[in-house]
Amino acid sequence: MRPVSYPQHADPAAEWTGPKRRYDIVKEATIALVAVALLAVLLAAIFSSPDVKPVTVAEWASTQPNDFLATAVSELDGTSGVATYGPPYTHVAGAGQNIVGGVSIERALGVQIPINPARAFVLDPLSIPATTNPQLARALAVYEHAPQAEQHAWAEAFGAAVAKGNVVRLVRQHPNRYGPVPVLMAELLAIARSGGLDGALVSTDRFYQTNFTKALLFLADGSYLESLAQKEHLLGSQWGMMNETGNYPGQAWLWLYTFWYQIPPFSTSSNADAQIWAIMAVLSLAFVCIPFIPGVRSIPRIVPLYRVIWRDYYRRAGRQVGDSNTS
Amino acid sequence: MSAPTWTGRIRARGLDAFPPERLLPDTQPAYVASWIYVFGVLTLAAFLVVLGSGAVIALAGPAWWHTSSIGHFFNSIHLWSTELFFFFMVVHLWGKFFMAAWRGRRALTWVTGAVSFLVSIATAFTGYLTQQNFDSQWIGTQAKDGLNASGAGAFFNVLNFGQMLMWHILLLPLVVALLTGGHILLVRRRGVVPPL
Repeated sequence: MRPVSYPQHADPAAEWTGPKRRYDIVKEATIALVAVALLAVLLAAIFSSPDVKPVTVAEWASTQPNDFLATAVSELDGTSGVATYGPPYTHVAGAGQNIVGGVSIERALGVQIPINPARAFVLDPLSIPATTNPQLARALAVYEHAPQAEQHAWAEAFGAAVAKGNVVRLVRQHPNRYGPVPVLMAELLAIARSGGLDGALVSTDRFYQTNFTKALLFLADGSYLESLAQKEHLLGSQWGMMNETGNYPGQAWLWLYTFWYQIPPFSTSSNADAQIWAIMAVLSLAFVCIPFIPGVRSIPRIVPLYRVIWRDYYRRAGRQVGDSNTS
Repeated sequence: MSAPTWTGRIRARGLDAFPPERLLPDTQPAYVASWIYVFGVLTLAAFLVVLGSGAVIALAGPAWWHTSSIGHFFNSIHLWSTELFFFFMVVHLWGKFFMAAWRGRRALTWVTGAVSFLVSIATAFTGYLTQQNFDSQWIGTQAKDGLNASGAGAFFNVLNFGQMLMWHILLLPLVVALLTGGHILLVRRRGVVPPL
Protein backbone atom coordinates (compact mmCIF):
# COMPACT_ATOMS: atom_id res chain seq x y z
CA MET A 1 0.00 0.00 0.00
CA ARG A 2 1.30 3.48 -0.87
CA PRO A 3 2.16 5.96 1.96
CA VAL A 4 -0.49 8.67 2.52
CA SER A 5 1.09 11.93 1.26
CA TYR A 6 -2.08 14.01 1.48
CA PRO A 7 -3.91 12.91 4.65
CA GLN A 8 -7.60 13.84 4.83
CA HIS A 9 -7.08 15.14 8.35
CA ALA A 10 -3.48 16.13 8.94
CA ASP A 11 -2.49 16.61 12.58
CA PRO A 12 -1.96 20.39 12.88
CA ALA A 13 0.30 19.98 15.91
CA ALA A 14 2.67 17.56 14.16
CA GLU A 15 5.54 18.48 11.88
CA TRP A 16 4.48 18.14 8.22
CA THR A 17 6.17 15.11 6.68
CA GLY A 18 4.25 15.07 3.41
CA PRO A 19 5.36 16.45 0.05
CA LYS A 20 6.99 19.86 -0.08
CA ARG A 21 7.48 22.44 -2.76
CA ARG A 22 10.34 24.79 -3.54
CA TYR A 23 10.07 28.14 -1.75
CA ASP A 24 12.36 31.19 -1.58
CA ILE A 25 11.34 33.33 1.40
CA VAL A 26 13.90 36.07 0.72
CA LYS A 27 12.91 36.36 -2.94
CA GLU A 28 9.22 36.48 -2.02
CA ALA A 29 9.79 39.22 0.58
CA THR A 30 11.92 41.27 -1.83
CA ILE A 31 9.38 41.06 -4.66
CA ALA A 32 6.55 41.97 -2.24
CA LEU A 33 8.45 44.99 -0.91
CA VAL A 34 9.29 46.32 -4.37
CA ALA A 35 5.73 45.74 -5.64
CA VAL A 36 4.06 47.42 -2.65
CA ALA A 37 6.49 50.35 -2.71
CA LEU A 38 5.79 50.91 -6.42
CA LEU A 39 2.04 50.64 -5.85
CA ALA A 40 2.19 53.17 -2.98
CA VAL A 41 4.23 55.58 -5.14
CA LEU A 42 1.75 55.16 -7.99
CA LEU A 43 -1.26 55.82 -5.73
CA ALA A 44 0.53 58.84 -4.21
CA ALA A 45 1.32 60.25 -7.65
CA ILE A 46 -2.25 59.81 -8.88
CA PHE A 47 -4.31 60.69 -5.79
CA SER A 48 -1.93 62.74 -3.58
CA SER A 49 -3.20 63.32 0.00
CA PRO A 50 -5.52 65.86 1.64
CA ASP A 51 -4.13 68.83 3.55
CA VAL A 52 -6.85 71.34 4.40
CA LYS A 53 -5.41 74.22 6.41
CA PRO A 54 -6.19 74.22 10.12
CA VAL A 55 -8.77 76.67 11.45
CA THR A 56 -7.36 79.50 13.54
CA VAL A 57 -9.08 81.46 16.27
CA ALA A 58 -8.25 84.58 14.22
CA GLU A 59 -10.19 83.19 11.24
CA TRP A 60 -13.11 82.22 13.48
CA ALA A 61 -13.29 85.63 15.20
CA SER A 62 -13.09 87.47 11.87
CA THR A 63 -15.57 85.25 10.00
CA GLN A 64 -18.15 84.68 12.74
CA PRO A 65 -17.65 87.31 15.48
CA ASN A 66 -21.07 86.64 17.05
CA ASP A 67 -20.34 82.93 17.43
CA PHE A 68 -16.93 83.79 18.85
CA LEU A 69 -18.42 86.23 21.38
CA ALA A 70 -21.22 83.84 22.35
CA THR A 71 -18.62 81.11 22.99
CA ALA A 72 -16.25 83.39 24.91
CA VAL A 73 -18.98 84.69 27.20
CA SER A 74 -20.26 81.14 27.79
CA GLU A 75 -16.78 80.34 29.13
CA LEU A 76 -17.24 83.23 31.57
CA ASP A 77 -20.73 82.31 32.77
CA GLY A 78 -19.94 78.59 32.98
CA THR A 79 -22.38 77.35 30.34
CA SER A 80 -19.86 76.34 27.64
CA GLY A 81 -19.14 72.80 26.53
CA VAL A 82 -15.89 72.60 28.50
CA ALA A 83 -17.35 74.32 31.58
CA THR A 84 -20.13 71.71 31.78
CA TYR A 85 -18.03 68.77 30.50
CA GLY A 86 -16.81 67.33 33.76
CA PRO A 87 -13.84 64.91 33.94
CA PRO A 88 -11.12 64.97 32.79
CA TYR A 89 -11.31 68.78 32.37
CA THR A 90 -13.67 70.34 34.90
CA HIS A 91 -15.21 69.59 38.28
CA VAL A 92 -18.95 69.29 37.58
CA ALA A 93 -21.06 67.24 39.96
CA GLY A 94 -22.58 64.22 38.19
CA ALA A 95 -21.02 65.02 34.80
CA GLY A 96 -19.40 62.20 32.84
CA GLN A 97 -20.84 59.42 30.72
CA ASN A 98 -22.13 56.16 32.23
CA ILE A 99 -21.45 52.76 30.70
CA VAL A 100 -24.46 51.24 32.45
CA GLY A 101 -26.54 52.56 35.33
CA GLY A 102 -24.35 54.95 37.29
CA VAL A 103 -21.04 53.29 36.38
CA SER A 104 -18.66 55.89 34.94
CA ILE A 105 -14.93 55.31 34.45
CA GLU A 106 -14.66 58.98 33.50
CA ARG A 107 -15.96 60.09 36.91
CA ALA A 108 -13.97 57.42 38.75
CA LEU A 109 -10.71 58.77 37.31
CA GLY A 110 -11.69 62.37 37.98
CA VAL A 111 -10.17 65.59 36.67
CA GLN A 112 -6.72 64.79 35.27
CA ILE A 113 -6.38 67.69 32.78
CA PRO A 114 -7.75 70.57 34.89
CA ILE A 115 -9.04 73.58 32.98
CA ASN A 116 -10.71 76.69 34.37
CA PRO A 117 -12.58 77.88 31.25
CA ALA A 118 -13.08 81.51 32.33
CA ARG A 119 -9.43 81.86 33.26
CA ALA A 120 -7.94 79.74 30.45
CA PHE A 121 -9.94 81.14 27.53
CA VAL A 122 -10.74 84.73 28.58
CA LEU A 123 -9.14 86.18 31.72
CA ASP A 124 -5.56 84.89 31.34
CA PRO A 125 -5.28 85.85 27.63
CA LEU A 126 -6.65 89.32 28.47
CA SER A 127 -4.12 89.80 31.26
CA ILE A 128 -1.35 90.07 28.62
CA PRO A 129 -2.62 93.22 26.79
CA ALA A 130 -3.93 94.56 30.14
CA THR A 131 -0.35 95.38 31.10
CA THR A 132 -0.34 98.16 28.48
CA ASN A 133 -4.08 98.95 28.32
CA PRO A 134 -5.35 100.77 31.47
CA GLN A 135 -9.04 100.57 30.45
CA LEU A 136 -8.77 96.81 30.02
CA ALA A 137 -6.80 96.48 33.27
CA ARG A 138 -9.59 98.36 35.14
CA ALA A 139 -12.31 96.21 33.54
CA LEU A 140 -10.44 93.05 34.46
CA ALA A 141 -9.98 94.24 38.04
CA VAL A 142 -13.68 95.13 38.37
CA TYR A 143 -14.71 91.73 37.01
CA GLU A 144 -12.29 89.70 39.11
CA HIS A 145 -13.18 91.52 42.35
CA ALA A 146 -16.94 91.32 41.83
CA PRO A 147 -19.01 88.68 43.64
CA GLN A 148 -19.48 85.49 41.63
CA ALA A 149 -23.24 86.05 41.30
CA GLU A 150 -22.65 89.48 39.78
CA GLN A 151 -20.01 88.14 37.39
CA HIS A 152 -22.46 85.49 36.31
CA ALA A 153 -25.30 88.01 35.84
CA TRP A 154 -23.13 90.32 33.68
CA ALA A 155 -21.93 87.45 31.50
CA GLU A 156 -25.41 85.97 31.17
CA ALA A 157 -26.88 89.34 30.16
CA PHE A 158 -24.10 89.85 27.61
CA GLY A 159 -24.68 86.36 26.22
CA ALA A 160 -28.38 87.16 25.80
CA ALA A 161 -27.52 90.41 24.01
CA VAL A 162 -25.18 88.55 21.62
CA ALA A 163 -27.93 86.04 20.92
CA LYS A 164 -30.35 88.88 20.00
CA GLY A 165 -27.92 89.99 17.31
CA ASN A 166 -27.23 93.69 17.90
CA VAL A 167 -24.96 93.62 20.89
CA VAL A 168 -23.46 97.12 20.37
CA ARG A 169 -26.88 98.84 20.43
CA LEU A 170 -28.07 96.83 23.41
CA VAL A 171 -24.94 97.59 25.43
CA ARG A 172 -25.32 101.32 24.69
CA GLN A 173 -28.97 101.23 25.84
CA HIS A 174 -28.25 99.50 29.17
CA PRO A 175 -24.52 99.92 29.96
CA ASN A 176 -24.89 99.00 33.65
CA ARG A 177 -26.54 95.67 32.90
CA TYR A 178 -23.30 94.15 31.56
CA GLY A 179 -20.68 95.56 33.95
CA PRO A 180 -17.13 95.33 32.53
CA VAL A 181 -17.97 92.37 30.27
CA PRO A 182 -18.45 94.45 27.05
CA VAL A 183 -14.93 95.89 27.46
CA LEU A 184 -13.49 92.43 28.11
CA MET A 185 -15.27 90.90 25.13
CA ALA A 186 -14.38 93.76 22.77
CA GLU A 187 -10.71 93.41 23.70
CA LEU A 188 -10.82 89.61 23.42
CA LEU A 189 -12.39 89.89 19.97
CA ALA A 190 -9.71 92.36 18.89
CA ILE A 191 -6.90 90.13 20.19
CA ALA A 192 -8.48 87.10 18.55
CA ARG A 193 -8.80 88.85 15.18
CA SER A 194 -5.15 89.91 15.33
CA GLY A 195 -4.05 86.30 15.94
CA GLY A 196 -2.89 87.05 19.47
CA LEU A 197 -5.38 84.64 21.07
CA ASP A 198 -4.05 81.73 18.99
CA GLY A 199 -0.69 82.28 20.65
CA ALA A 200 -2.07 83.07 24.11
CA LEU A 201 -4.07 79.83 24.23
CA VAL A 202 -0.96 77.67 23.83
CA SER A 203 1.42 79.79 25.89
CA THR A 204 2.63 78.64 29.28
CA ASP A 205 5.52 79.73 31.46
CA ARG A 206 7.86 77.73 29.21
CA PHE A 207 9.25 78.73 25.82
CA TYR A 208 8.59 75.59 23.72
CA GLN A 209 4.96 74.47 23.28
CA THR A 210 3.50 71.24 21.93
CA ASN A 211 0.15 71.05 23.72
CA PHE A 212 -2.92 72.45 21.94
CA THR A 213 -5.54 71.16 24.37
CA LYS A 214 -6.85 74.59 25.42
CA ALA A 215 -6.91 76.03 21.90
CA LEU A 216 -8.71 73.00 20.48
CA LEU A 217 -11.24 72.84 23.31
CA PHE A 218 -12.04 76.54 22.83
CA LEU A 219 -12.45 76.08 19.06
CA ALA A 220 -14.66 73.04 19.64
CA ASP A 221 -16.88 75.00 22.03
CA GLY A 222 -17.92 77.29 19.16
CA SER A 223 -20.01 76.25 16.18
CA TYR A 224 -17.60 77.47 13.46
CA LEU A 225 -15.40 74.36 13.51
CA GLU A 226 -18.47 72.13 13.35
CA SER A 227 -19.97 74.08 10.45
CA LEU A 228 -16.79 73.53 8.44
CA ALA A 229 -16.74 69.83 9.35
CA GLN A 230 -20.35 69.48 8.21
CA LYS A 231 -19.39 70.81 4.77
CA GLU A 232 -16.69 68.13 4.62
CA HIS A 233 -19.18 65.42 5.71
CA LEU A 234 -17.27 64.76 8.92
CA LEU A 235 -20.01 64.99 11.55
CA GLY A 236 -20.75 62.03 13.78
CA SER A 237 -24.05 61.52 11.97
CA GLN A 238 -22.11 61.46 8.70
CA TRP A 239 -19.88 58.55 9.78
CA GLY A 240 -17.72 61.08 11.56
CA MET A 241 -14.04 60.77 12.13
CA MET A 242 -13.45 57.63 10.06
CA ASN A 243 -13.70 59.99 7.08
CA GLU A 244 -11.24 62.68 6.15
CA THR A 245 -11.48 65.83 4.07
CA GLY A 246 -11.91 65.35 0.32
CA ASN A 247 -12.60 62.07 -1.45
CA TYR A 248 -10.15 59.87 0.41
CA PRO A 249 -10.74 56.52 2.08
CA GLY A 250 -9.89 57.81 5.56
CA GLN A 251 -9.79 55.36 8.44
CA ALA A 252 -12.10 52.80 6.85
CA TRP A 253 -10.97 50.27 9.46
CA LEU A 254 -12.97 52.23 12.06
CA TRP A 255 -16.24 51.35 10.28
CA LEU A 256 -17.57 49.13 13.07
CA TYR A 257 -16.81 51.70 15.79
CA THR A 258 -18.44 54.49 13.76
CA PHE A 259 -21.36 52.26 12.78
CA TRP A 260 -22.75 52.14 16.33
CA TYR A 261 -23.12 55.94 16.38
CA GLN A 262 -25.49 55.74 13.41
CA ILE A 263 -28.11 53.47 15.00
CA PRO A 264 -30.49 53.69 18.00
CA PRO A 265 -30.20 53.71 20.93
CA PHE A 266 -26.66 55.09 20.55
CA SER A 267 -27.55 57.75 17.96
CA THR A 268 -29.68 59.49 20.60
CA SER A 269 -27.97 58.40 23.83
CA SER A 270 -26.15 60.93 26.00
CA ASN A 271 -23.92 58.04 27.12
CA ALA A 272 -23.18 56.82 23.58
CA ASP A 273 -19.39 57.22 23.80
CA ALA A 274 -19.07 55.21 27.01
CA GLN A 275 -21.46 52.51 25.80
CA ILE A 276 -19.86 52.16 22.36
CA TRP A 277 -16.36 52.01 23.82
CA ALA A 278 -17.53 49.27 26.19
CA ILE A 279 -19.04 47.32 23.28
CA MET A 280 -15.88 47.73 21.21
CA ALA A 281 -13.70 46.65 24.14
CA VAL A 282 -15.72 43.43 24.48
CA LEU A 283 -15.71 42.81 20.70
CA SER A 284 -11.97 43.49 20.48
CA LEU A 285 -11.27 41.05 23.31
CA ALA A 286 -13.47 38.47 21.61
CA PHE A 287 -11.61 39.01 18.33
CA VAL A 288 -8.27 38.39 20.02
CA CYS A 289 -9.64 35.33 21.85
CA ILE A 290 -11.37 33.66 18.86
CA PRO A 291 -9.23 30.49 19.17
CA PHE A 292 -10.65 29.95 22.67
CA ILE A 293 -14.35 30.72 22.04
CA PRO A 294 -16.44 27.60 21.42
CA GLY A 295 -18.76 28.01 18.46
CA VAL A 296 -16.93 30.97 16.94
CA ARG A 297 -13.75 28.93 16.47
CA SER A 298 -15.80 26.29 14.65
CA ILE A 299 -17.22 28.68 12.03
CA PRO A 300 -14.40 27.92 9.55
CA ARG A 301 -15.45 24.24 9.56
CA ILE A 302 -19.07 25.22 8.82
CA VAL A 303 -18.25 27.77 6.11
CA PRO A 304 -16.24 25.69 3.64
CA LEU A 305 -14.07 28.49 2.30
CA TYR A 306 -11.08 26.40 3.31
CA ARG A 307 -12.10 24.02 0.51
CA VAL A 308 -11.40 26.84 -1.96
CA ILE A 309 -8.12 27.86 -0.31
CA TRP A 310 -6.80 24.30 -0.25
CA ARG A 311 -8.63 23.03 -3.35
CA ASP A 312 -5.42 21.69 -4.88
CA TYR A 313 -4.65 19.76 -1.71
CA TYR A 314 -8.11 18.21 -1.51
CA ARG A 315 -8.01 17.31 -5.22
CA ARG A 316 -4.73 15.45 -4.69
CA ALA A 317 -6.02 13.85 -1.48
CA GLY A 318 -9.18 12.68 -3.29
CA ARG A 319 -7.13 11.32 -6.19
CA GLN A 320 -4.88 9.52 -3.71
CA VAL A 321 -7.87 7.83 -2.06
CA GLY A 322 -9.13 6.76 -5.49
CA ASP A 323 -5.71 5.37 -6.44
CA SER A 324 -5.39 3.40 -3.18
CA ASN A 325 -8.88 1.93 -3.69
CA THR A 326 -8.03 0.74 -7.18
CA SER A 327 -4.57 -0.65 -6.32
CA MET B 1 33.58 22.55 33.44
CA SER B 2 32.30 26.08 33.99
CA ALA B 3 28.55 26.82 34.18
CA PRO B 4 26.88 27.84 30.90
CA THR B 5 26.70 31.58 30.37
CA TRP B 6 23.42 33.50 29.82
CA THR B 7 24.61 34.12 26.27
CA GLY B 8 25.29 30.45 25.71
CA ARG B 9 21.89 29.44 27.03
CA ILE B 10 20.06 31.94 24.83
CA ARG B 11 22.05 30.80 21.78
CA ALA B 12 21.30 27.15 22.49
CA ARG B 13 17.59 27.82 22.98
CA GLY B 14 17.46 30.01 19.90
CA LEU B 15 19.10 27.39 17.70
CA ASP B 16 16.82 24.72 19.14
CA ALA B 17 13.65 26.72 18.42
CA PHE B 18 14.85 28.25 15.17
CA PRO B 19 17.37 26.13 13.30
CA PRO B 20 18.48 28.05 10.16
CA GLU B 21 16.43 25.90 7.78
CA ARG B 22 13.29 26.74 9.79
CA LEU B 23 14.07 30.44 10.13
CA LEU B 24 14.89 30.89 6.43
CA PRO B 25 13.24 27.95 4.68
CA ASP B 26 13.67 27.09 1.01
CA THR B 27 10.82 24.56 0.99
CA GLN B 28 7.19 24.73 2.12
CA PRO B 29 4.53 22.05 2.61
CA ALA B 30 2.85 21.34 -0.72
CA TYR B 31 -0.51 22.62 0.57
CA VAL B 32 0.86 26.18 0.80
CA ALA B 33 -0.36 26.95 -2.69
CA SER B 34 -2.90 29.77 -2.75
CA TRP B 35 -2.88 33.53 -3.38
CA ILE B 36 -4.24 34.04 0.13
CA TYR B 37 -0.78 33.25 1.52
CA VAL B 38 0.66 36.29 -0.24
CA PHE B 39 -1.26 38.76 1.94
CA GLY B 40 0.88 38.12 5.02
CA VAL B 41 4.09 39.15 3.29
CA LEU B 42 2.28 42.00 1.51
CA THR B 43 1.19 43.33 4.92
CA LEU B 44 4.78 43.19 6.13
CA ALA B 45 6.00 44.91 2.95
CA ALA B 46 3.41 47.69 3.35
CA PHE B 47 4.49 48.14 6.98
CA LEU B 48 8.09 48.65 5.84
CA VAL B 49 6.96 51.24 3.25
CA VAL B 50 4.96 53.01 5.98
CA LEU B 51 8.04 53.08 8.21
CA GLY B 52 10.29 54.23 5.38
CA SER B 53 8.03 57.06 4.19
CA GLY B 54 7.47 58.13 7.81
CA ALA B 55 11.23 58.17 8.36
CA VAL B 56 11.69 60.50 5.36
CA ILE B 57 9.05 62.88 6.77
CA ALA B 58 10.77 62.72 10.15
CA LEU B 59 14.05 63.90 8.60
CA ALA B 60 12.77 67.46 8.19
CA GLY B 61 10.18 67.49 10.99
CA PRO B 62 6.40 67.13 11.25
CA ALA B 63 5.53 70.46 9.57
CA TRP B 64 7.79 69.98 6.53
CA TRP B 65 5.22 68.29 4.32
CA HIS B 66 2.87 71.31 4.50
CA THR B 67 5.41 73.58 2.82
CA SER B 68 7.31 71.25 0.48
CA SER B 69 5.96 69.44 -2.58
CA ILE B 70 8.50 66.67 -1.99
CA GLY B 71 7.36 66.44 1.62
CA HIS B 72 3.73 66.31 0.50
CA PHE B 73 4.58 63.49 -1.91
CA PHE B 74 6.17 61.45 0.87
CA ASN B 75 3.15 62.15 3.05
CA SER B 76 1.00 60.78 0.21
CA ILE B 77 3.16 57.64 0.08
CA HIS B 78 2.79 57.38 3.86
CA LEU B 79 -1.01 57.66 3.55
CA TRP B 80 -1.42 55.19 0.70
CA SER B 81 1.00 52.62 2.13
CA THR B 82 -1.07 52.80 5.33
CA GLU B 83 -4.25 52.18 3.35
CA LEU B 84 -2.55 49.23 1.60
CA PHE B 85 -1.23 47.94 4.92
CA PHE B 86 -4.73 47.75 6.39
CA PHE B 87 -6.24 46.28 3.23
CA PHE B 88 -3.62 43.52 3.08
CA MET B 89 -3.86 42.86 6.81
CA VAL B 90 -7.66 42.56 6.79
CA VAL B 91 -7.56 40.09 3.86
CA HIS B 92 -4.78 38.19 5.68
CA LEU B 93 -6.87 38.08 8.88
CA TRP B 94 -10.00 36.82 7.12
CA GLY B 95 -7.94 34.25 5.27
CA LYS B 96 -6.42 32.97 8.51
CA PHE B 97 -9.83 32.95 10.17
CA PHE B 98 -11.36 30.72 7.49
CA MET B 99 -8.31 28.43 7.66
CA ALA B 100 -8.80 28.19 11.46
CA ALA B 101 -5.10 28.96 11.52
CA TRP B 102 -4.94 28.78 15.33
CA ARG B 103 -5.05 24.97 15.30
CA GLY B 104 -2.09 22.91 16.47
CA ARG B 105 -0.69 25.15 19.23
CA ARG B 106 -0.90 28.23 17.01
CA ALA B 107 -3.31 30.23 19.19
CA LEU B 108 -0.56 32.66 20.19
CA THR B 109 0.17 33.30 16.52
CA TRP B 110 -3.45 34.39 16.08
CA VAL B 111 -3.38 36.47 19.28
CA THR B 112 -0.21 38.37 18.30
CA GLY B 113 -1.68 39.05 14.85
CA ALA B 114 -5.00 40.25 16.25
CA VAL B 115 -3.37 42.49 18.87
CA SER B 116 -1.05 43.82 16.18
CA PHE B 117 -4.12 44.77 14.12
CA LEU B 118 -5.64 46.66 17.07
CA VAL B 119 -2.38 48.46 17.89
CA SER B 120 -2.01 49.35 14.21
CA ILE B 121 -5.41 51.07 14.36
CA ALA B 122 -4.18 53.17 17.29
CA THR B 123 -0.95 53.94 15.40
CA ALA B 124 -2.79 55.14 12.31
CA PHE B 125 -5.22 57.11 14.48
CA THR B 126 -2.38 59.04 16.14
CA GLY B 127 -1.06 59.76 12.65
CA TYR B 128 -4.33 61.45 11.74
CA LEU B 129 -4.08 63.47 14.98
CA THR B 130 -0.60 64.76 14.19
CA GLN B 131 -1.10 65.92 10.61
CA GLN B 132 -1.40 69.53 11.86
CA ASN B 133 -4.30 70.33 9.56
CA PHE B 134 -8.10 70.56 9.71
CA ASP B 135 -8.46 66.77 9.83
CA SER B 136 -6.32 66.64 12.96
CA GLN B 137 -8.35 69.38 14.63
CA TRP B 138 -11.68 67.77 13.88
CA ILE B 139 -10.69 64.16 14.54
CA GLY B 140 -9.04 65.15 17.81
CA THR B 141 -11.95 67.20 19.13
CA GLN B 142 -14.39 64.42 18.19
CA ALA B 143 -12.31 61.49 19.41
CA LYS B 144 -11.66 63.03 22.80
CA ASP B 145 -15.23 62.27 23.92
CA GLY B 146 -14.92 58.53 23.30
CA LEU B 147 -11.49 58.32 24.89
CA ASN B 148 -12.59 60.41 27.87
CA ALA B 149 -15.69 58.23 28.34
CA SER B 150 -13.48 55.13 28.35
CA GLY B 151 -11.19 56.69 30.93
CA ALA B 152 -8.18 56.59 28.58
CA GLY B 153 -8.53 60.28 27.76
CA ALA B 154 -7.38 61.25 31.23
CA PHE B 155 -3.89 59.98 30.35
CA PHE B 156 -3.91 59.70 26.54
CA ASN B 157 -4.75 63.28 25.54
CA VAL B 158 -5.59 63.38 21.83
CA LEU B 159 -5.44 67.19 21.89
CA ASN B 160 -1.83 67.19 23.05
CA PHE B 161 0.14 67.26 19.80
CA GLY B 162 3.50 66.50 21.41
CA GLN B 163 2.19 63.46 23.26
CA MET B 164 0.40 62.09 20.18
CA LEU B 165 3.45 62.64 17.95
CA MET B 166 5.63 60.62 20.33
CA TRP B 167 3.08 57.81 20.44
CA HIS B 168 2.80 57.89 16.64
CA ILE B 169 6.47 57.87 15.70
CA LEU B 170 7.97 55.84 18.54
CA LEU B 171 5.83 53.97 21.07
CA LEU B 172 3.08 52.48 18.91
CA PRO B 173 5.25 51.59 15.88
CA LEU B 174 7.66 49.91 18.29
CA VAL B 175 4.83 47.80 19.71
CA VAL B 176 3.60 46.92 16.20
CA ALA B 177 7.14 46.02 15.13
CA LEU B 178 7.70 43.82 18.21
CA LEU B 179 4.34 42.09 17.78
CA THR B 180 4.97 41.58 14.08
CA GLY B 181 8.41 40.16 14.78
CA GLY B 182 6.98 37.79 17.39
CA HIS B 183 4.15 36.84 15.03
CA ILE B 184 6.58 35.95 12.22
CA LEU B 185 8.83 33.96 14.56
CA LEU B 186 5.79 32.01 15.77
CA VAL B 187 4.84 31.24 12.17
CA ARG B 188 8.38 30.00 11.52
CA ARG B 189 8.37 28.02 14.80
CA ARG B 190 5.06 26.22 14.30
CA GLY B 191 4.98 26.15 10.51
CA VAL B 192 1.98 26.90 8.27
CA VAL B 193 -1.20 25.25 9.52
CA PRO B 194 -2.23 22.21 7.43
CA PRO B 195 -5.68 21.88 5.79
CA LEU B 196 -8.74 21.18 7.92
